[in-house]
Amino acid sequence: MGKLQLSKDPYNIIITGVGGQGNVLGSRVLSNMLVRKGYYATIGETFGASQRGGSVMSHIRVSAKSTWSPQIPRGRADLIIALEPVEAIRVLMIYGNQKVMVLVNTRPIYPVGVIAGELEYPPLKDIKASVKELSSTALFIDATDEAIKLGNSILANIIMIGAASRILKLPIDREDFKEVILNTLPASKLDVNLKAFDMGASIMGQFPGRRQRKISEGRP
Amino acid sequence: MSDLLDQNEEVQHLLMGNEAIARGALEAGVSVASGYPGTPSSEIIENLSRIARERNLYIEWSTNEKVALEVAAAASFANLRSLCAMKQNGVNVASDFLLHLGLSGTRGGMVLVTCDDPGALSSSNEGESRHFARMFEIPLLEPGDFQEAKDMTKWAFQLSEEIKNVVVVRSVTRVSHASGNVRLGKLPEVERHAEFKYHGPMLDSDVGPAESTPVGYKHSLQQEKIKKAREIFEESPFNTYLGPEKPELLIITSSAGNLYSIEAIDLLGIEDRVGLLKLGTTWPLPPKLLTRYLFTTDKIMIVEEVLPFLEENVKILAAEQAKEIGVKTFYGKNDGTIPMAGELNSDLVISALGTVLGIDYMAMSPEYERKLELPTLAVAPDRERTFCSGCPHRASFWSIHNALQMDNRKGFVCGDIGCYAMARLPCGFSTTKTLHAMGSGAGLANGFGKLAQFGMDQPVLAVCGDSTFFHAVIPALINAVHHKSNITLVVLDNSGTAMTGFQPHPGLTVNAMGDEVPSIDIARICEAIGAKTEIKDPFDLEETRKTVNRLIENDEGVKVLILQQSCALSPERKHEKKYEMRIDETLCLGENCGCNRLCTRIFRCPGLVWDKEKKKARIDEVICVGCGVCSYVCPVAAIKIEKTA
Repeated sequence: MGKLQLSKDPYNIIITGVGGQGNVLGSRVLSNMLVRKGYYATIGETFGASQRGGSVMSHIRVSAKSTWSPQIPRGRADLIIALEPVEAIRVLMIYGNQKVMVLVNTRPIYPVGVIAGELEYPPLKDIKASVKELSSTALFIDATDEAIKLGNSILANIIMIGAASRILKLPIDREDFKEVILNTLPASKLDVNLKAFDMGASIMGQFPGRRQRKISEGRP
Repeated sequence: MSDLLDQNEEVQHLLMGNEAIARGALEAGVSVASGYPGTPSSEIIENLSRIARERNLYIEWSTNEKVALEVAAAASFANLRSLCAMKQNGVNVASDFLLHLGLSGTRGGMVLVTCDDPGALSSSNEGESRHFARMFEIPLLEPGDFQEAKDMTKWAFQLSEEIKNVVVVRSVTRVSHASGNVRLGKLPEVERHAEFKYHGPMLDSDVGPAESTPVGYKHSLQQEKIKKAREIFEESPFNTYLGPEKPELLIITSSAGNLYSIEAIDLLGIEDRVGLLKLGTTWPLPPKLLTRYLFTTDKIMIVEEVLPFLEENVKILAAEQAKEIGVKTFYGKNDGTIPMAGELNSDLVISALGTVLGIDYMAMSPEYERKLELPTLAVAPDRERTFCSGCPHRASFWSIHNALQMDNRKGFVCGDIGCYAMARLPCGFSTTKTLHAMGSGAGLANGFGKLAQFGMDQPVLAVCGDSTFFHAVIPALINAVHHKSNITLVVLDNSGTAMTGFQPHPGLTVNAMGDEVPSIDIARICEAIGAKTEIKDPFDLEETRKTVNRLIENDEGVKVLILQQSCALSPERKHEKKYEMRIDETLCLGENCGCNRLCTRIFRCPGLVWDKEKKKARIDEVICVGCGVCSYVCPVAAIKIEKTA
């Protein structure tokens, strides 16, 4: 383990969304990829009752040295992957800071309070402006729409992981992804998950200025 | 192959705390494991059940926690190693047997794993199972991270065989349901032969009968065992110290408090001021070890979750040793430094340390804090928990609620434990009015149903799920029939223990290991007990509503209505979309409809949303699972069902 280094240790990732969006799978896949590389990964997550239509969060602590607390302290997130737009705001309010990078899936899932007309769901342009205000880098991806093109909206989580693989200052590669998926899901699911991963990575390549980065900053 | 069977001891695996506990049991050569599902404990038995065949294990989801503990104890009496897993309040259910088991002692190594839920993230209580260990005089271990969850579980079997009594391993949500790196150990070949030896002398705990009596003798013997455990704990590698020789403040902690304390010390940069004594063996406390560390400083802070268990026990010890160690100042729950309820995190430990040591800590820069106050910032609307799209409970409570409205005699429903506990919220039309333990809905209804002689004329209903029915409702139902209580019990039968992940129960035809087993028919049990029983499909809203009305108008004893429809997340329904739903916008009257938006304001399915621009209802095709129920809710029939192929 001695050879591994991180620009920041622990490096803190939050994957957030709504119960049923594949938060847990996403955090497990990403963390397993890092453990394969020799890092420590600690995941803290809530599921069970909180899964039923509520906000869910997985905290991932990546370290070259040790296991960390499964809950990231306030103001200490380095990367936030939001599978649902307002969840990005909710997480930034507690874990945000000037340097945090945020990846947001633009497809809203309306809380029942919004459906019932008791609460307001902010317009996407306001959410975007706020996420930008509260982060150093904010990138928005229509991951659910892309996932539907692949045949299943649930793949949005993997598209987001693929996208994150291009901005994370961590050694994430396609081969590890493939191995981890083979270990996690039935073999028949590999192809479509690889497609989703690649799709996320290629979307990220399309952001201006990102193509360069993914080559120069793909490793810590 | 499951990670849990990996023989490669060099590789580190990312394991969930519960997987680590399961692996620890495998490395100890466990043969039998049982439990009742409950978050955050379920994955222990679940993971073991998946590899039962490969490892020649017997794994069981028992009817309830008491039966589970008895099943595991029988294996121990027959000289096998056994494990029993449950959530914190499950220990209450098992506690009567546990009290007696502590007296009879065990033979093959036996471990009771309890997974507590500080903060009640997935519970209707914040129960503390650690007190059972002290109350019943059995040893208690608390893993402080994932590696320890495995190593400690493995060691617990050895300890159990050394002292010949059951050992409790207590985990919490943030260990059980979190994941981290775990280095694996060796998987042994297990060749234990099961035999219950009872021919020896009455008082011989190895070859005599397994009994809690004679109490005087067995209780003294048990106390010798706990003394032995205390001595073993003095040398345990699970008690560790990190920090200077003479710290300004000594933190004593266990469980998840360990990781929070490490992080708090790190973020405050006070490694040279604060010592961290992490205890893995928390009952009985090892007095020599504690005395040694208490001696190093005058200020002690105890970091633990829920009740001040560790705090009180450390204080007793400090009082006993006062002559030697001097007077200490304690910080913890009793003086309010650490909150008395709810789960901990690093920030709460930082704030406690800051108060005691006079350190200011800012989690965010003032500039960032100011940004969070900006009035232009988008506000994230609350996301209240709700039944899933296509959930049969929404349909069931819609009908029960409407029946009670039409009946108009202030009828009410006693709630119970499962997803349907959310029926107290708007998603279940605020229908249930009591919520306590497993089976308590039926038990309370039972009592309410006997209050007519005191003038109570409200219709009384109770609900329970299918797994809950087997767990704790049957005795209440027998009581109700026998005492002619006037109630209606609605069994929300969704064919599995849905909330915790579809573990099988006695009503199903497969067991935990996937073997075919006889199913126990709920309707036939109810009828055999003497309750008038009917079965309906909750997706037929009108028929269900009419049935409920008819049953609550009948005041002759116990009526049972079984509403059968699989959970929307169940393996058989999950990927099937029965119908495509469509809104006919020419029919939808929007806000002008006299129904006050019954579809979205009241029915509140996450798959049926309100289009603010068009001012009409809209199907969210990503969320909708096509159950078709909402089509019966719309008074102008604007929600259309289109059968899928």
